[in-house]
Amino acid sequence: MLGTPVFAGVPSVSATGMVLMSPTTTGLLLEATGVSKTYGAVVALKSASLAVQPGEVHALMGANGAGKSTLVKILTGAIRPESGRIAVHGRERTVHSPAEARRSGLVSVYQEPSVIPDLDIRANLRLTETPLEPFRQWVHDLGLKNLDLSRLARRLPLASLRIIDLARALAIEPDVLMLDEMTAALPANLTERVLEVIGLQRGGERSVVFISHRMIEIAAVCDRATVLREGETVGVVDVTAGTEERIVELMLGSIVEGLPERAGETSTPAAGTAAPRLTVRGIAVGQKLRDASFELRSGEVLGVVALEGQGQDELFDVLSGSERPSGGELLVDGKPASFGHPADAIRAGVVYVASDRAEALLMQRSVRENIALPFITRIRRWGPIDLPAERRTVDAAVKRLQIDVRAGNEVRRLSGGNQQKVTIARWVAGGVHVLLCFDPTRGIDILTKQQIYVLLRDLAEAGAGVLLYTSELKEVQLVCDRAVVIFGGRIVKELVGAEADEAQLLRAAYHLRSGAVMPEEAAGAAVESATGDIREAGAPKDEAEIQA
Amino acid sequence: MSASVRTNQWLSVVGWRGLFRDRPIIPLIGLLGVLIVAIELADPGIVGPEWAGVIVRASVPLAILGGCQTLAMLTGGIDLSVAAVASMSGFVTATLLHSPGGVAQGIIVVLVVAAVAGLLNGIGIGVFRVHPLIMTLGMSFVVLGLANVWQLQNVQTGAGVPDSLRWIGSTTFADVVPYNLLVFIPLTALILVGLRRTGYGRLLYAIGDNPVAARLSGTRAWQVLIVLYVISAVMAAIAGLLISGLTNTASVSLVDASLLPSVAAAVIGGTSILGGRGGFGGTIVGALILTVLTALLTVLGLPEPSRQVLFGAIIVVVAAAYTRVTAET
Amino acid sequence: MSAAAVTTERSLSDVLVSPIRRNTWVLALLGLLAVLLVFTKLIQPSYGLAGVQGLGISILPLAFAAVAQAVVVIAGGVDLSIGSVMALTSVIAASLMEGQSDAFGVAVVVGVLLLGVVIGTTNGALVVITRVPDIVVTLAMSFVWAGCALLVRSAPGGAASPWLLNLVIGPFGNPWIPKAAIVLVVIVAIIWIPVARGRFGLSLYAVGSNQLAAFRSGVSIGRTKVLAYALTGLFATLAGLSLTASTSIGTPVPGPYTLESVAAVVLGGVSLAGGRGGVFGPIVAVVVLQIIQNDMTFLNVDPNYALVAQGVILIGVLVFGSVIEIRRARR
Repeated sequence: MLGTPVFAGVPSVSATGMVLMSPTTTGLLLEATGVSKTYGAVVALKSASLAVQPGEVHALMGANGAGKSTLVKILTGAIRPESGRIAVHGRERTVHSPAEARRSGLVSVYQEPSVIPDLDIRANLRLTETPLEPFRQWVHDLGLKNLDLSRLARRLPLASLRIIDLARALAIEPDVLMLDEMTAALPANLTERVLEVIGLQRGGERSVVFISHRMIEIAAVCDRATVLREGETVGVVDVTAGTEERIVELMLGSIVEGLPERAGETSTPAAGTAAPRLTVRGIAVGQKLRDASFELRSGEVLGVVALEGQGQDELFDVLSGSERPSGGELLVDGKPASFGHPADAIRAGVVYVASDRAEALLMQRSVRENIALPFITRIRRWGPIDLPAERRTVDAAVKRLQIDVRAGNEVRRLSGGNQQKVTIARWVAGGVHVLLCFDPTRGIDILTKQQIYVLLRDLAEAGAGVLLYTSELKEVQLVCDRAVVIFGGRIVKELVGAEADEAQLLRAAYHLRSGAVMPEEAAGAAVESATGDIREAGAPKDEAEIQA
Repeated sequence: MSASVRTNQWLSVVGWRGLFRDRPIIPLIGLLGVLIVAIELADPGIVGPEWAGVIVRASVPLAILGGCQTLAMLTGGIDLSVAAVASMSGFVTATLLHSPGGVAQGIIVVLVVAAVAGLLNGIGIGVFRVHPLIMTLGMSFVVLGLANVWQLQNVQTGAGVPDSLRWIGSTTFADVVPYNLLVFIPLTALILVGLRRTGYGRLLYAIGDNPVAARLSGTRAWQVLIVLYVISAVMAAIAGLLISGLTNTASVSLVDASLLPSVAAAVIGGTSILGGRGGFGGTIVGALILTVLTALLTVLGLPEPSRQVLFGAIIVVVAAAYTRVTAET
Repeated sequence: MSAAAVTTERSLSDVLVSPIRRNTWVLALLGLLAVLLVFTKLIQPSYGLAGVQGLGISILPLAFAAVAQAVVVIAGGVDLSIGSVMALTSVIAASLMEGQSDAFGVAVVVGVLLLGVVIGTTNGALVVITRVPDIVVTLAMSFVWAGCALLVRSAPGGAASPWLLNLVIGPFGNPWIPKAAIVLVVIVAIIWIPVARGRFGLSLYAVGSNQLAAFRSGVSIGRTKVLAYALTGLFATLAGLSLTASTSIGTPVPGPYTLESVAAVVLGGVSLAGGRGGVFGPIVAVVVLQIIQNDMTFLNVDPNYALVAQGVILIGVLVFGSVIEIRRARR
């Protein structure tokens, strides 16, 4: 699984053994020891330590809720620790705000863009006192073209904002640059550029702390990895060709489990003749999605693969009732359907799981209220609630998804993985015909991912149709029976799950012919269409259809 | 974070902090008790059944108006039109005293007018997504202006508060139990049960907590909001009738001075103006606290200005206490 | 890596279109203002010098109040104590100036302005320290400041220094230009333009637009908010002083200025969500509202309908605005 280095051009890592805890304390660029932080009753960090040498790319790894983001936020002054010591260049520092951290040479690119939406890019740069020329150079190196500095930030797509964030951080030349899930929301082509740029930081004076859930990225660019588990640093490992298993072992603790295996059984060819749950015929959304047609059958998990911004957002918005299509028709269980509101889709049995939990959950309410929310939305269900019946339904869903409800009074106190399970439980409890999942495993730990895979297969077995968009290409082979690839607003390819390995999918996502090597121009064009002007993003780039 | 928090993490969370967060009404009742003790100390012998009756009688309309704010605030909104609607309601009923239908007709008319105002509020906020602060503010201008026009046209007929309103608004059973509880208790029961045990009540919280999530789960927020603002306006009208009965006054600006206290009652009662958190029980206690406080300051002989200053200070302190205990970090 | 240069040049259409697009709202308001002036002249042919002069003086307090509100709303807050602060500063100024020399009057004005900054800073500090929503804190403080005003003086009274009256009443050079308008424009420009141009201005918009992103961009949220409220306190005090100047007494009971300033700000194109708009739009909105009120008088409409009209306009404009917004989002 980890054997295929997709990212060529990145120097390979010399193989050395695994070393526990920091080998040398001299000459460290950044050293943090005994860092702790609690949120109310939840211990986010117990005793974390991190030692970064000059010129290395250092991975910070751990399952969800292990405390990676918290540690980065503490190191860059975004939150304050309860205890702990932070030293930069051997001198102890206090970092009470991002501004102060920046003066100490510590800069982070967080999971959410920290660009001010109502200011244009130029004003944003002025606000952070970022030198313009280096910024432009980095934006260019990161592959973002035609960036108009007078555009308001809120008019730019997420991927562009992330690149801007990164370029801005690089432009001020921090001693330690921390990247928290930098690649999570990026399309594959931009991810590659980012990894290249990170790789170039090696061997110099500066260092990078890199957080990612994708082991392949860690293997590609990182020298060493610090592994966190339940708020504690449990080991420091040299990243080499054989240590991935060891890292996973450290992350999971006593539960020694490999990477996820194919979940459930591949459906038999007979599934190909099962009744269609969802029939999509020629659905279009302006210029962004055109003439999308496919069938989702009962018992099937259908993957959707696309680079960022190719029309998959619009497809899911239409199917979930958030947006009306400008053309085409939808059939649910053979009957024509038209959704003007998510409520219409839900009534037809078409339900939606978002990748962003903050979008799906009532953070201050209980697990129970969150799961029971869809039951009460129709006017005739506004009356008294049958509490015992509700409790039974909710408890069954909680049990089925193995949700840890100990902090269930307020969903915001649950871990990310548990929160995602709650968003799925909401629909499982009510029974689904069609489950739309938009990158449901983004940023959650490996164990929960595995549980979600199994659940999706189970739901399909039980007769539902599952549509799964994923940014993690590996998931297609793990979970999907078939996959469709969207490019430039069109469905350009359909693959059988078993043959859909990452290389295949990637080529299809770039809309290249099978077996072709990805040419530079095509990648550039895809980047542009993925990240350029929103208004033009929908226009397919015919240049991308170049043959090699 | 201070050292004390660390040393006794478990206790402090499960202890007073958790209590304040999950059952804010208990410390609130404690505060109410402290105020009552204070007033008894300031003027020994004042606290008794009759005194309690007077306090309750004065608190009821404020609690109802606070209820309007509570419901609106649960969805992340606010209703600034309650004062105008309430004043209009008392005033118009009084002018219709001599109409063929008498008081009953007057009450029906004002409830319908209030419902229309609420409906318009709800449509503006729910369908056209106008900010609640602005929508209800604009509506209060409209209602107040129209009430003024109505006043000019009816100036010769004269207006008197109907006896029945005076009875329910200001008299008490056995000199202790105010009759306005006849209106208040059923209303309270309805709201409390409605918020906790009905789908509609849950949706109010859901919309306030996360409108996007509510929508993705199938909630049509505009339906919920229209109903909400109609309920709020009708409650305001009822409060207006009780106030005009209590004060034996019919004036288009009668309730103006209660607008900000109604928000204050909800805030003190633990309802977050950001939505998704709070309830009506706290608001009732909040209204009682405000009334007792006013009484205490009167007993202490503090002039009106100092009373206002103290009022403001207490709102800030209580709201700050809530924010501290419910904050995540 | 590709060798193509990064294009950061602005296209011609951006240069021409974007300022218009960004200021559509204010331009539309100015258009409405022009239409209203023509309409006024039509229904009241005698509308002229006196009308314009009256307009100048009558808008002054609300215009300053609207600017005050705009500053804090841009920073993502709202100040419900503006009316009370106006009452407090107005009575203090009127009480101190009564029967005193001009020089003392100047000292009073300076002192009261400083007091306004202190009051605003107090509001802001409470918002920042308690972390209670702005609307609640300023609501509570509106009681406090109104109470203080009543402590200073329980009934309307006092007097304004003659020079203060002269400063705002009457024409400036050309008989068509009211002094009040000059005072308004000059003072707002002197204070606001340096603020908007500087880093503090960026911070204001940043904090109002997205607090988390602002914090991560190195902006001190607390300091920015406190300064925003201080600035609001200063403008609210200017509104209070113009109240004293235009009525020549101090009134301890807050007028309707708080809520009307919120209305004017929103009509003036400042988003209540923060981060968008400026102080010019709200001033235009105040003028528009005042002219509509005058027109209703000219048309012999019951003045109470003016209040109704104000409400209807407020709601109507916002409904219109959000319909456009919803349509744009659909496309």
